[in-house]
Amino acid sequence: MRRALGAVAVHAVALAAATLTLLPLVWMVSASFMPAGEAGAVPLRLWPSAPTLEHYRALFARLDLGRHLAASAGLATATTLIALACNTLAGYAFAKLPFPGREAVFRGLLAALLVPGQVAMLPLFLLVRTLGLVDTFLGVLVPGMASVFGIFLVRQYARGIPDGILDAARVDGAGEGRVFLRVALPLCAPILITLAVFAFLGAWNDFIWPLVVLADERRYTLPVALANLVGEHVQDTELVMAGAVLTVAPVIVLFLALQRWYVAGITSGSLKE
Amino acid sequence: MTTRSRAGLLFVAPALTLLAIFFLGPVVAALLLAATDFDVYTIADLRHLRLVGLDNFRRLLGDPRVQRAFANTLWFVVVAGPLSIGVSLAAALLLNATALRGRAVFRTIFFLPVVTTLVAVAVVWRYLYHPRHGLLNQLLGALGVSPIDWLGDPAWALPALALLAVWKNFGFNMLVFVAGLQAIPDRLYEAARLDGAGWWARFRHVTVPMLAPTFLFVGVITTIGYLQLFAEPYVMTQGGPADATLSVVLLMYEEGFRWWNLGYGSALAFVLLACIVVLSVAQLALQRRSLAIEAPAGGRP
Repeated sequence: MRRALGAVAVHAVALAAATLTLLPLVWMVSASFMPAGEAGAVPLRLWPSAPTLEHYRALFARLDLGRHLAASAGLATATTLIALACNTLAGYAFAKLPFPGREAVFRGLLAALLVPGQVAMLPLFLLVRTLGLVDTFLGVLVPGMASVFGIFLVRQYARGIPDGILDAARVDGAGEGRVFLRVALPLCAPILITLAVFAFLGAWNDFIWPLVVLADERRYTLPVALANLVGEHVQDTELVMAGAVLTVAPVIVLFLALQRWYVAGITSGSLKE
Repeated sequence: MTTRSRAGLLFVAPALTLLAIFFLGPVVAALLLAATDFDVYTIADLRHLRLVGLDNFRRLLGDPRVQRAFANTLWFVVVAGPLSIGVSLAAALLLNATALRGRAVFRTIFFLPVVTTLVAVAVVWRYLYHPRHGLLNQLLGALGVSPIDWLGDPAWALPALALLAVWKNFGFNMLVFVAGLQAIPDRLYEAARLDGAGWWARFRHVTVPMLAPTFLFVGVITTIGYLQLFAEPYVMTQGGPADATLSVVLLMYEEGFRWWNLGYGSALAFVLLACIVVLSVAQLALQRRSLAIEAPAGGRP
């Protein structure tokens, strides 16, 4: 009897917590389908009286949100591909290819994990300006191309590859490039997915750097465009909510599809040594 | 040099070069910049640049907005930090409860806010916080609480941002706690149960000490994250009302990119970095010591 009561209590708490967690997101979606003015109604409406797509249509037709969606998608994809290449190569080398000074360099990288990106931001902007990359997509891309965390993630995983497998390929006459591409890379597939999800989400959700680098409104990424939209249409709650839905939906879908790897990455990163 | 070490150097070269140019270089440059009077005139003509030594840091000490920004940011770390860790631990314990069905679904739901775009959810919360027709005040009104001007009242603005931050972040630490909880061997709980330990005693004497390394990791990560508070106040309050939500990074952003005081802004960035290093090291030392108290020599399971 006590056990049954306990089970009921656990589920009641879990359901209440889940409702509270989802409430802001559910309201965002619901409000985006409400006719103009309904989201601010008193008393509160949780569901649209007559669901409408007019705000989504307005965003694409009038406010050119498709352009910002494309900018965000393109930038996040490019960042992901470049970060995958750089961090995987480096992470594998730190795990499996001894070179002079390797441990010292790696310890330096670990210390750099403590340094927040914002410390580098002001000089980084001057550098990007000197390179003529202000208001270009390349300028937005530049700081995300390699990451200490990504290298660390791959290294921890690649250390688990038995040396015997790599040596067998070497005995068969494979060069180091081939050993990496044909033997190590397939074995690292799970961590590559983890890394890709982290890189994509990080790039998609980034706000401060694209805000600093991009000047021309037409090039804004979705989060920057959304912040801008709020400034100009603060009264149009339903329109802004539709913009928020479009900004959040792609990352939520990506997360739901690949959450197994994303979660594995977080727990492996925290259980180090 | 062996082929293997040559390959190793070749493999790390792209990543390390990029990090050197776009991360390490700028960090060093920030330190140099902090010792100059780099401002809007210097951007136009580099000859205006002068070395000012520690002047920027001296000015920081006497600047009331800097003091305000640090006070606000530290409040966030000290109040919102433990609050968010507590919520994360509670959620992890809930997910770990043996009676719970549909664990994977609840885990996904609790984690969902973490992956959302901060700007987008900050925009949503701005409307939830609306004093008259916001969801929060309407719910509170149904309970008989009179309306609160969440983002307009200097006393409530920072707690409102903290609430958003806790909602947005607790899922991340929750996952770390779940992994830590699952690493605790069942036999410890069984032994405690045989000794007649109730739920609270098992939590206090098995779970908490066994989670010590997890607490350390979560504490450092959360502290570093909250010290960098920026997008929440930028989108929701622009640092207002009356600087009540001005954070260190927001002030750095304003000094650097609105007023182009890059020297002064860099000095601010460096004080922030110093805080991060000091707090992380202090947390590490503190945790080491409490570990030693929890488990006297040989007492660790």
